[in-house]
Amino acid sequence: MNLFQFLQENWLELLTLTREHVLLVLVSTGAAVVIGVPLGVLLTRSKALRAPVLGFANIMQTVPSLALFGLLIPIPFIGGIGARTAIIALALYALLPVIRNTVTGILGIDPTLREAATAMGMTGWQRLRMVELPLAMPVILTGIRVAVVISVGVATVAAAVGAGGLGTYIFRGLRQNDNNLLLAGAIASAVLALLGDVALGQIGKTYEIGARRSVSRKLVGLAFAGALIAIVLSILLPGVGSGIGDRGQDKVIVGSKDFTESIILAEILAQVLEQKGITVERRFELGGNIPHDSLLSGQIDVYPEYTGTAYTVILNHPPLTDPKAVYDQTKAEYAEKFRLGLSPPIGFANDFAILVRGQVARENRLKTISDAVPLAKNWQAGFGQDFMSRADGYPGFAKAYEFNFVKQPREMDLSLTYRALQTGELDIIAGNSTDGLISSLDLFQLEDDRHYFPPYQAVFVGRSDKLGVLSDAFRRLNNAISTEEMRRLNYEVDGKKRTPRDVAAEWVRLN
Amino acid sequence: MAQTPVTIQFRSAGYSVGSTVILSGITLEVCEGDTIVLLGESGCGKTTTLKLINRLIEPTEGEVLVEGRATTAWNVIELRRRIGYVLQEAGLMPHFSVAENIGVVPKLLDWDEGRRADRILEMMELVGLAPARFADRFPHELSGGQRQRVGVARALAADPEIILLDEPFGALDAITRTRLQKEFAQLVRTLGKTAVFVTHDLREAMLLGTKIALMERGKIVLIGTPDEFRRSDLPLAKQYLETIAFG
Repeated sequence: MNLFQFLQENWLELLTLTREHVLLVLVSTGAAVVIGVPLGVLLTRSKALRAPVLGFANIMQTVPSLALFGLLIPIPFIGGIGARTAIIALALYALLPVIRNTVTGILGIDPTLREAATAMGMTGWQRLRMVELPLAMPVILTGIRVAVVISVGVATVAAAVGAGGLGTYIFRGLRQNDNNLLLAGAIASAVLALLGDVALGQIGKTYEIGARRSVSRKLVGLAFAGALIAIVLSILLPGVGSGIGDRGQDKVIVGSKDFTESIILAEILAQVLEQKGITVERRFELGGNIPHDSLLSGQIDVYPEYTGTAYTVILNHPPLTDPKAVYDQTKAEYAEKFRLGLSPPIGFANDFAILVRGQVARENRLKTISDAVPLAKNWQAGFGQDFMSRADGYPGFAKAYEFNFVKQPREMDLSLTYRALQTGELDIIAGNSTDGLISSLDLFQLEDDRHYFPPYQAVFVGRSDKLGVLSDAFRRLNNAISTEEMRRLNYEVDGKKRTPRDVAAEWVRLN
Repeated sequence: MAQTPVTIQFRSAGYSVGSTVILSGITLEVCEGDTIVLLGESGCGKTTTLKLINRLIEPTEGEVLVEGRATTAWNVIELRRRIGYVLQEAGLMPHFSVAENIGVVPKLLDWDEGRRADRILEMMELVGLAPARFADRFPHELSGGQRQRVGVARALAADPEIILLDEPFGALDAITRTRLQKEFAQLVRTLGKTAVFVTHDLREAMLLGTKIALMERGKIVLIGTPDEFRRSDLPLAKQYLETIAFG
């Protein structure tokens, strides 16, 4: 499928994402202007405040965006997932150029003019409104322009905290190794940045000295009215002003992690719930541990998780190999510590899968990981960031099997390791056992004969107060999806590029 | 002979910043309808003296009275709106048209739009700018002389009793300067305004001043009519007179 076909089929979604993106940028830049311009004016009046405030704004700008989003999530009232967090982070980024240019613009005015204004009997406020702001306006507008362009770029990262926008396509494209998604997201946001820049440049022109006032006032008025409408809309529209609206008792918010399998499972659960007439809101593609945090703070009600992850990463226990023990202990501790409930197992487990090329396995009659150890000395290994860093990942794995790689394993994006293995650039990788690419790329999964990897049984984790509403769906999905079935569903999405919603709908219809 | 009311009065006024004395012992009376010229080299404190009148700065010693009341006892905004102010290079607002520049103080005083428009027209005629040609121009579209005319019109727009001028014609070419000086002298006499005029040019001082106050290093060293100035034995006054001896 080329980009053109992709756009033809997905233009509606692209439009929705663009709208979300524009709202994120407008609301956050609007907030930055509403806060930044008065603050900038204040700084021109108080020298003592200038250095600390500009310093703070400077520091905000140097914090990497993903880190800032991550830091905001656990903060009560302003944090959490969704547009609100994203808007706060974006506004913090946009603050610096707005404040700095307001200060520069006003301090740059010829002091004779300020004195003339004072001598004519203007009050401080009149001088600000009639002389200083209009004369500083071109510089302030340049600051706003910079803020808008920065915001359009940074807003793509907002997708990681579930705020939507064009970043959704970019993240999805990276994950699924899909250039169409990547290009659509990247080009659209680049176009937005350019449009914003040009539009503000035009408004700036009307503020140049000697511009005909009637036209400029109308234009600026229109721009402000537009921004205001956007702000009001963003608060009223569901999903964008997330967490603001009240929630009905029988409504369920389903979350998911940011990879295909989690999205498919969440979508299946959502559709099963909808069949029963329950209202569902979807907050998918949440990165890292955000789903768990969101569950605790009540911003989502349920999401698919793996017992092994819950046990080792969230509860911080050393890896355990007995699936039943892991499930039981996790369930008990979740109920006690977090007041969260576990569904019965969905059926399959998504374990770490140590993969080699099928041909290599056949030629050397490899069955287990132990079989591969003598051969692996000169192999190039490649692992995802997650596997390299977690407790049950690479360090323990290499020790348990006494692997001794001569070449340092490459740490790279997980989805890229599959292709690299297939093309021979890598010889051994750690994938996911349910990945659809395993069969489609002719890869072979070596058996974990020393039972090193903890079991990653798929379950749903839900808030205790929602378990009543969820119990029917949990029961229906108990043992409903086998490992082979999950691998096939994943391949439908990753390999055949169908949407998770379609694939889930098909599954729900047939089961 | 009836006593002419004193409009501006300096009573031993001084101004220092930290330990630096900029003005000291300024005692001066400006009567209604007078034009006092503050004459002196740059840095002698004449502009500072001017700024004490509309309280752009406040005296650190003594006091300055406007219409019998100390400037510090006035509401500063009200005081400034009663005093016209003309700066070197005019100090026009670059983002205001000529009409808007002239109408600023009336607008601050909340005059209604009709009265304001009439006054702007009247002022433009008075300073010799054809309203049809100039009203909508911006300062950067005017010559230096035209800008200075707008500056004078702006200072007179709210019909203040007092008008302060800080080397208004200093930056103009000689021909334009002479024409504007003559027109201005005429104007002030017809309108009967009380004016304080700062210059370093004796010829201008002689032409415009009913009295000349010669300043040196923060003090007034001589006050008198142009005739008294001419007869003075003061060395500095003689030096000034030499500048126009062959003029």
